[in-house]
Amino acid sequence: MRSSVNILKGIDKTTVLIFLIMIVMGWFNIYAAVYNDEHKEIFDFTQRYGKQFIWIMATIVLAVFIMIIDSRFYLFFAWVIYAILMFLLLMVLILGKDINGARSWFEFGPISLQPSEFAKFGTALALASFLNNRRNDLTKLKVIIPAVAIILLPALLTAIQPDLGSTIVFFSFFIVLFREGMSPIIFVSGLLMVLLFFLTLLFNNLYLEIALIAIAFLLVWFSTRKWKLLLTGLVLMLVIGGIIYALDFYIIKSLGNETVLVITLLLSGIAYAYYFYSKKAVTLLVIYLFLAGSVLYVNSVDFAYNHMLKPHQRERVEIMLGFKTDTHGTGYNVNQSIISVGSGGFKGKGYLQGTQTKFKFVPAQSTDFIFCTVGEEWGFLGSFVVIGLYVFLLIRLIILAERQRSNFSRIYGYGVASVLFTHFFINIGMAIGLVPVIGIPLPFFSYGGSSLWGFTLLLFIFLRLDAGRTEYLA
Amino acid sequence: MKDAFVNRKYLVIGLVIIAALALIIRLFVIQVVKDTYRLSADNNVLRYVTQYPARGLIYDRKGKLVVFNQAAYDLMVVPAQTAKIDTLAICDDLGITIEVFRERLKAAKNYSRRAPSVFLKQISAETYAKFQEKLFLYPGFYVQPRTLRKYSRPVAAHLLGYVSEVDEAILKRDPYYKNGDYIGKLGIEEAYEKDLRGKRGVKIFMVDVYSRLKGSYAHGEMDTVAVHGSDIISGLDLDLQEYGEKLMQNKTGSIVAIEPESGEILALVSSPNYDPGLLVGRVRSENFSRLQADTISKPLFNRAFMASYPPGSTFKPINGLIALQEKVIVPSTKFSCNHGYLFVDCHTHPSPLDLEGGIMISCNSYFCQTYRRILENPAYGSVAEAFEKWKSYLNEFGFGKKLGSEFVNELPGLIPSSTYFDKYYGKGRWKALTVISMGIGQGEIGTTPLQMANMTAAIANRGYYYTPHIVKSIGSDHKIDPRFTVKHKISIDSVNFESIIKGMAAAVNGGAGATARIAALDSITVCGKTGTAQNPHGDDHAVFIAFAPRDHPKIAIAVYVENSGFGATYAAPVASLMIEKYLRGKITNKPMEQRMLELNLLHKLTEPKIEKQRKYLEGD
Repeated sequence: MRSSVNILKGIDKTTVLIFLIMIVMGWFNIYAAVYNDEHKEIFDFTQRYGKQFIWIMATIVLAVFIMIIDSRFYLFFAWVIYAILMFLLLMVLILGKDINGARSWFEFGPISLQPSEFAKFGTALALASFLNNRRNDLTKLKVIIPAVAIILLPALLTAIQPDLGSTIVFFSFFIVLFREGMSPIIFVSGLLMVLLFFLTLLFNNLYLEIALIAIAFLLVWFSTRKWKLLLTGLVLMLVIGGIIYALDFYIIKSLGNETVLVITLLLSGIAYAYYFYSKKAVTLLVIYLFLAGSVLYVNSVDFAYNHMLKPHQRERVEIMLGFKTDTHGTGYNVNQSIISVGSGGFKGKGYLQGTQTKFKFVPAQSTDFIFCTVGEEWGFLGSFVVIGLYVFLLIRLIILAERQRSNFSRIYGYGVASVLFTHFFINIGMAIGLVPVIGIPLPFFSYGGSSLWGFTLLLFIFLRLDAGRTEYLA
Repeated sequence: MKDAFVNRKYLVIGLVIIAALALIIRLFVIQVVKDTYRLSADNNVLRYVTQYPARGLIYDRKGKLVVFNQAAYDLMVVPAQTAKIDTLAICDDLGITIEVFRERLKAAKNYSRRAPSVFLKQISAETYAKFQEKLFLYPGFYVQPRTLRKYSRPVAAHLLGYVSEVDEAILKRDPYYKNGDYIGKLGIEEAYEKDLRGKRGVKIFMVDVYSRLKGSYAHGEMDTVAVHGSDIISGLDLDLQEYGEKLMQNKTGSIVAIEPESGEILALVSSPNYDPGLLVGRVRSENFSRLQADTISKPLFNRAFMASYPPGSTFKPINGLIALQEKVIVPSTKFSCNHGYLFVDCHTHPSPLDLEGGIMISCNSYFCQTYRRILENPAYGSVAEAFEKWKSYLNEFGFGKKLGSEFVNELPGLIPSSTYFDKYYGKGRWKALTVISMGIGQGEIGTTPLQMANMTAAIANRGYYYTPHIVKSIGSDHKIDPRFTVKHKISIDSVNFESIIKGMAAAVNGGAGATARIAALDSITVCGKTGTAQNPHGDDHAVFIAFAPRDHPKIAIAVYVENSGFGATYAAPVASLMIEKYLRGKITNKPMEQRMLELNLLHKLTEPKIEKQRKYLEGD
């Protein structure tokens, strides 16, 4: 163990101060949100504000503990931590408690734990560790693919719960990859995949796939400008398709149109392969692979959605994506939430004077909708201060990240900033109707031990790394 | 190692700032620019509960309670707050069908989504108790305590009026009233609406998301207290009113009794009538349309001041008074009667008669000749001029115009002016004989029972009257409208009244030929005059006016019994019974009382009406 004097000197006091301001503000707002006449005492431990006080005390102990541990611990054990947390995410799918159709929580008696909140810092550590010595290689697929896999694994595991809020937060690590040099083209492709995902849920697969084939042929036309080639390819595909369709129609009778299409596409590919090989037509090969990949992607999304999810989970996803309006649940929540914030006016109604807050018009007000209390009771001024604090914190974190000597620390720092940014923007945006309702907490404000500890771990590991930035880190 | 992508940090910082700006702009719009959200929040949380004051009570002149209040509960709804309600459960709790529920909710939405409107009127105490417990399950619904009228006796419906919910027309006309408010209609309830209704208050409560009350808003500083409506002491004698209605049951007609020295109405009966309790609460509209649909007996029609009859012989005293005042006769002036005068018939009686005898015996001939003298008075240049003078006396008595009682819908009656005859016959082309029938109260004269009672009071007072009114005192300051304390003096000398009263006393208490002996009472001198109002639609109406006692009169009364013929037969006994009831509190002539109570003249009402309707339908 190194001298603690060194750490005390090196710790970024500005960030610690913002952190303390935020948890205290959060605590007071939780008190306002939960407050009722029967339990006025802020240290009433039967109430959420009392409990939050315990979480805060515990989290400060946790922060001190993190600061004491040697920086190298986090580098060396990054993978172990990541592995343990991924294992927990897997286990929660089996052993977790089903709350509103999602398995996101472990329950041990009175204490509940949400592993996804901790998986965030684990993923940040793993990503930093992986890219530590490969940072300039993010243009290469052999680096990109594992890096993306590190992110997608927890994203996938939380999506299965389903907890799309956490899934989206894991996607925020792409900001880190962008900073570290990943090509913007990949972001564009990613966006297209997201678009295709939505289209798959919205439209009939068969039509979607036919549309994809049509786009592929259009691309071929634009890249080669050869009518003969285009027509040959088209006829070939139609002939193969016709034969398989006839076979299915008269003899097999069980394939279904989508399977016929996939088989046609694969067989056509074998037929095209000769041409690609002999003429070295790389562009056409890429177009074909993209087409095949898209069609497979569409089919697998569709299969996963319709066969792996239970009806109530599907409904939850559809509501979350905004395909279905939920008048009883989120629709009502958002409306009341906007009313709360909007009614705060410029100066707010005053602490503990928010009528929307006091009379429980907004559900989940101490957790996901904590910003309503800020908006209603502190008004535009208070909201501005809170947003200002976050912007200050985030920019501070980016500045700290950029001053790191080690890649590991910098990348981890960007991970912290990315996760906090996503939480901050989505949570507040949701409360004021700017983004769809995605249930994720507001860091350091929302009630809950798991999220508070998760964010503390995330932040303070970085502060520890920053404090020891002069130390040697392999 | 050179960092090729270090400048990308600016893009990341830019992303943070753009995102924060987006949030701040959105916040500025919803928090500072728009105020709709504040209104929505207030609507969410503030519940304005109108505090309805109890309506003022109505007492009779002896302090007996006539109208008081009973508790009722209206179920109110604020449509904008009725999210997430178990429709089946609420229908079950209220005992209504889903169709009714939807219909009512739609109606409420059409009125206003945010303002409360009555969802279900006057739910029973039992339903209220059951519902109150579950109210938290039904956001947007709440119970509004109201008061309904209750009547100590089922009498005086026409006099009291009724209370009903305000309609569209009133809502548009008077901004005081809100949807669901109650307002007095007709009678005392309408006339004294402003005193009786009191002052509405409002309590502002805060409610939580489950509509549970969470205490007053701003510590009740914004609340206003409801002020109880003023109680009214009426001049009505409840016992007399009840007795009058009993006497008039199964008859058509009316009784108006006035205290001469004050002008206070003691009783005002219009028959057929109805139980005022029928027009209270949920059954009101149903009963109202049923009463309204009864076009034969017309129970809602108030004959006491909305029916105009020719006064018949009850008009003779007034013509005698005018003749005396105009000095065209003196009390000892005698006229002979030979079974009538010209084309006006008269019954058999001694002749000639002086004024007292003329009134006692009700000689048509006497009053035709008197009337001729009035109109041919050489003091005036023409018959028309003399006629106008005669008319001005009648106007002084309150004929031919509204008396100005509290009842806004009283009829003015009709006293034609000379121009009317000028138009009809040509200027100067009509003579006293043309209009001679008015001398005996027939012809183009229309008077209401209220006007006749008022005239009787003026005679009883020997020359003055107070505008008839129903209210004795209002609230704690007891002040009534000053128009009821103005003494209307009639420009006829009181000595002339004495001469007429002598005749009227003789008509009741006189010897042979006295027309109203049936109305005589032991040791109370009743002064009266019979009359027969001609009825072109059937049997004539019996009329009797009287006051008693002769000195210091306490009651002046006019009685109309429709389709019963000569005044003495039915109207005089009723008047006599009423006078005795009022002055003595008990009845000595039990057989007469029995006969009057049992008398049923309703068949006379229906037959001519049906005949008339038939004729009408056949285009006659």
